[in-house]
Amino acid sequence: MADTITLEVARYRPDRETEPTVEAFEVPLRRDWAVLDGLNHVKDNLDGSLSYRWSCRMGICGSCGMTVNGEPRLTCATFLVDYAPGPVRVEPLANFPVIRDLVVDIGDFMRKLPEVSPWIVRGEGTSVEEGEYLQTPEQLADYSQFSMCINCMLCYSACPVYGLDPEFVGPAAIALAQRYNLDSRDEGADVRMDLLIHPEGIWGCTFVGECTRACPKGVDPAGAIQRYKLTAALQSLKSFVLPRGPR
Amino acid sequence: MEPVLWLLFSAGGVVSALFLPVLVFLFALAVPLGWIEEPGRDRLLGLLGHPLTALVLLGICVLSLLHWAQRFRYTLFDGLRLKAHERPINVGVYALALLGSAAAAVVLWQAVAARSG
Repeated sequence: MADTITLEVARYRPDRETEPTVEAFEVPLRRDWAVLDGLNHVKDNLDGSLSYRWSCRMGICGSCGMTVNGEPRLTCATFLVDYAPGPVRVEPLANFPVIRDLVVDIGDFMRKLPEVSPWIVRGEGTSVEEGEYLQTPEQLADYSQFSMCINCMLCYSACPVYGLDPEFVGPAAIALAQRYNLDSRDEGADVRMDLLIHPEGIWGCTFVGECTRACPKGVDPAGAIQRYKLTAALQSLKSFVLPRGPR
Repeated sequence: MEPVLWLLFSAGGVVSALFLPVLVFLFALAVPLGWIEEPGRDRLLGLLGHPLTALVLLGICVLSLLHWAQRFRYTLFDGLRLKAHERPINVGVYALALLGSAAAAVVLWQAVAARSG
């Protein structure tokens, strides 16, 4: 195994360049080094001006999503040895505006996320004295897969529909809506449905399935969207057949 | 409208995935290549002309075509970036699906009529 590997890093410094460029750096190739370690080596030893987001280094915070050799990946969980002998191309997440180097503007996602009320909605809360909202293991299993989402936005980067139509609510937000809809303690399904049955909601998805493939946490956003489509379609049929009936 | 079209698309996906491979295997490969005995025209017409068979086959054809319409519509929108022409594409693909459904209905009706006549 060679001692070093080349990182081809996308650079964009709006004060110096009008178009993104690529800069190559030689970094140590170590068995336990992730792409993020390579970037940290560049920042610490070769070029301190390199900008990128990261935090936990253990696939929990969802900050270090970037495009590695054309694929959206968490750079803390993507190892350099898997790309030996290199080079490894590191670019910002696709489908997002680039602010600087590998840092993208996540404002669009941050605006969309609270719109689906990704929290437990209760009509009338119970008092603390009445105790916890109990849940069986089966009820937990209904939604636990979708609760693994870390908001890393790799699914948005992988989604060709979001790339073509940024108005699309997108995979993670819909999967998180479904996470709470499937939670036995939640009563907010109607609130979320009003937003998600919009053409830019679930109906925008054409079931390409790249979101599920890109997810580093094994969430299945494409599956969540298809399940939600069935719920919404049956709901629409019901309201068509019983226009004055309860929702 | 979209929920109804999606339900039909979804149903079409299920029936075409379940039945079309079997039908294609039997009538496009197994019978022409002599892997299984040829059923003969009269026996096949007898089966095809039974109202229940005709109804099931019509259902498979109509739902598969509606599945195709939705899928092809999105191929044109996203694959060929033609979403600006949404209305004529919608009308075109569903008109073709209905035309194909009508053609299937005519053929199956002829089989039913031939059997009973």
